[in-house]
Amino acid sequence: MPRMGYSFPEEVLEHVFSFIQSDEDRNAISEVCRSWHDIERWSRRRVFVGNCYAISPTMVIRRFPEVRSVKLKGKPHFADFNLVPEGWGGYVAPWISAMASAYPWLEEIRLKRMVITDESLELISKSFKNFKVLVLSSCEGFSTDGLAAIAANCRNLRELDLGESEVEDLSGHWLSRFPDNYTSMVSLNIACLGWEVSFSALERLVGRCPNLRTLRLNRAVPLDKLANLLCRAPQLVELGTGAYSSELRPDVFSNLSGAFSGCKELKSLSGFWDVVPGYLPAVYPICSKLKSLNLSYATIQSPELIKLVSQCQNLQRLWVLDYIEDAGLDALAASCKDLRELRVFPSDPFGQEPNVPLTEQGLVSVSEGCPKLQSVLYFCRQMSNAALMTIARNRPNMTRFRLCIIEPHTPDYLTLQPLDVGFGAIVEHCKDLRRLSLSGLLTDRVFEYIGTHAKKLEMLSVAFAGESDLGLHHILSGCDNLRKLEIRDCPFGDKALLANAAKLETMRSLWMSSCSVSFGACKLLGQKMPGLNVEVIDERGPPDLRPESCPIDKLYVYRTVSGPRFDMPGFVWTMAENPALRLS
Amino acid sequence: MSVPLEHDYIGLSEAPPSMEGSERTSGGLNHKATELRLGLPGSDSPERDKGVVAEDKAGYPLGVLKSLSVVSGAKRGFSDAIDGGSGKWVFSGSGGSEAESGKGGNLFSPRGVNGGGKGGLVGGSEGANQNTGLGGPILKDGVVPQSPKPSQEKKPQLSAPAAKAQVVGWPPIRSYRKNSMASHPPKNEDDTEGKLGSGCLYVKVSMDGAPYLRKVDLKTYGSYRELSSALEKMFSCFTIGQCGSHGVPSRDGLSESRLMDLLHGSEYVLTYEDKDGDWMLVGDVPWEMFTDSCKRMRIMKSSEAIGLAPRAMEKCKNRH
Repeated sequence: MPRMGYSFPEEVLEHVFSFIQSDEDRNAISEVCRSWHDIERWSRRRVFVGNCYAISPTMVIRRFPEVRSVKLKGKPHFADFNLVPEGWGGYVAPWISAMASAYPWLEEIRLKRMVITDESLELISKSFKNFKVLVLSSCEGFSTDGLAAIAANCRNLRELDLGESEVEDLSGHWLSRFPDNYTSMVSLNIACLGWEVSFSALERLVGRCPNLRTLRLNRAVPLDKLANLLCRAPQLVELGTGAYSSELRPDVFSNLSGAFSGCKELKSLSGFWDVVPGYLPAVYPICSKLKSLNLSYATIQSPELIKLVSQCQNLQRLWVLDYIEDAGLDALAASCKDLRELRVFPSDPFGQEPNVPLTEQGLVSVSEGCPKLQSVLYFCRQMSNAALMTIARNRPNMTRFRLCIIEPHTPDYLTLQPLDVGFGAIVEHCKDLRRLSLSGLLTDRVFEYIGTHAKKLEMLSVAFAGESDLGLHHILSGCDNLRKLEIRDCPFGDKALLANAAKLETMRSLWMSSCSVSFGACKLLGQKMPGLNVEVIDERGPPDLRPESCPIDKLYVYRTVSGPRFDMPGFVWTMAENPALRLS
Repeated sequence: MSVPLEHDYIGLSEAPPSMEGSERTSGGLNHKATELRLGLPGSDSPERDKGVVAEDKAGYPLGVLKSLSVVSGAKRGFSDAIDGGSGKWVFSGSGGSEAESGKGGNLFSPRGVNGGGKGGLVGGSEGANQNTGLGGPILKDGVVPQSPKPSQEKKPQLSAPAAKAQVVGWPPIRSYRKNSMASHPPKNEDDTEGKLGSGCLYVKVSMDGAPYLRKVDLKTYGSYRELSSALEKMFSCFTIGQCGSHGVPSRDGLSESRLMDLLHGSEYVLTYEDKDGDWMLVGDVPWEMFTDSCKRMRIMKSSEAIGLAPRAMEKCKNRH
């Protein structure tokens, strides 16, 4: 039988493989035969590790020796909402030091929800001569000193994106560390920085980087300086303003308006803190070209929002506060027929009463008027099954649907029934739904619907819902493609978890907090499933000092090939048989 | 690798804790009255009761469930001890002990967590069933405003009652966003100075000798006592080292007296850095003034707080 693997020279195969980018496809290729496996692993340039504790850096490096781009994720998603105590983990340092020696040609590092120190940033800046892209999304642990090292040493840097990270602001002068002959910036996002950066350094940097396409400023950059910046970078495609407020002065306005008009390529706008409505018309000239508009920090009222949004006929993504009101969403539905993604954030999330007339109706309107709408994040205070069913029937192409009814356990406000059938309609009609977040009053029935219909669902977020373990069982046994499940404050306990233990190995992770999982069950799970790390997070102290039947506070279970981690703080325990025998 | 875990799920749906269920429904009204629902005032609206109490197949009256789950979601870090309650972590699975083997046993009866709680304790075995290990639903007695939730009527613009405690991480908004909105509260006509509902105020808290810092949201506390209890809880594992070591905490007014013990024992002093960068003793100024000016806090060893310590003790004595 001819051995096909040897028919082509390696170089040919490698060339063919270079056209294959997706991880899934590459993984499939590597399973064909030994020689394909080898060729593939030597030619893989991008690695994505969705959970930094699922595998050790050594193992990644051993398998893929010639990587140029790494993306890592650390803390569980609920860390965004302060549910993961500080110090839990997600430290990138071991990865950086391993890669510093193993990947001298590394070009890109993208991190999400990880802890990175100034030392690591400095190590990056000195170890990778061709370093191009640093994206730190919701990270923490570093200061402007680390950024200074990056600026000073990364001669080929193209992209520096600080996302929504928490940066210790020691000095705004780090920006001046970019050498005068450095001109390669393409994308700079410093929106998260709380304090001023040196404006003159910023101006000069922007002025000398002809390829700059993305510039997201921080709030401290005043509006009257924006025009200057824009004039130096008329080629910008994406802009985030600083504070959008200033005394109303005609000269400032006309400068700004002129500057915006000069940006012929501008397609995305964000920023808009502290908006003075009088300055909004300055962006009207470019509205018709906008594809993405983030007004989620803009405290402007519905009439102004409507004026703005009605001019953005090509808008594909809108993030906005609920000041837009149902009326504004009607206008959106009428004007923006290309809309793909809508996020409506609450202006007063902790208030006890609705402060704006934004209801389920706004979302229904948009679902009716925008045929391409596929991604929704919507905070509101009332919902009905009827509305959800309408939305589901209108938009079977929905792929991400996250609804947050602000008050937990809120029923259908018309019928006072649980919202089971409404969400049931969503999963039944939207066959390609990949992400779903539930809220409102929900019984086990909604989970039955989800388990039955949501076959493509990959991520599910559940809070204050369900009645019994049956709910959890429906999810774990029914959702074939589930990768991430996060649950808080639901009456789910041991039974469903233990009965579906094998399922957990097919998923990236499971988070359960303020539920009723007992310590005994966690131990059992950890013992029976060596391919999982079962982490009990409990700030009250060692769980084994309490009875085994005691519910634990937080549970984080994830599959891993490198065993229990060794960097856990005092309030995290891994349930395992023999941690000492783990090899990494 | 085999997974030798087999459970019969068919059994689950047919095993209503009928005894409890009926107890609950019959005791429903009492239940409502005694429910401690931190963070959800108005959730005891009468319509909801009627509409939802209909039991589903699992036999759990939904109205009760709702409040139960809510209770379990209440923010940790509140101390019920302020009002003299006894066990902070006492939150038993109601009759869950009998039901435990039969099902998920996940219902928690919101029995009066505080010893002297109002009547209506359902599911009799509360004494025997002190599952103290529950994830932190600490309930404040007497906190819930009893008025049903008005739908659209405007509430008078009072400062949000301190009773409106925020559940941790709910609604799910990133701190980044919360902080951005907080430093510049929204301009709308309802925005009076009393509106405490918006925003949050996270400050770092360090403790001498502790391996890591913590962060607290000052907006979620209404008084120094609440704050000190919360801090004591957060840091007690570094001092006393008895976090959760007992099934049932052995004393009343737990956290407050402990902190007082600490202070009287002169081991630690709570200080904060104000807007001017000065380090001040916590407790001298009115609470609102404190939250306005506090940038970070430090639990300092008294040996370092020379000059502060004597005053601290004095202040404590004066406060009580």
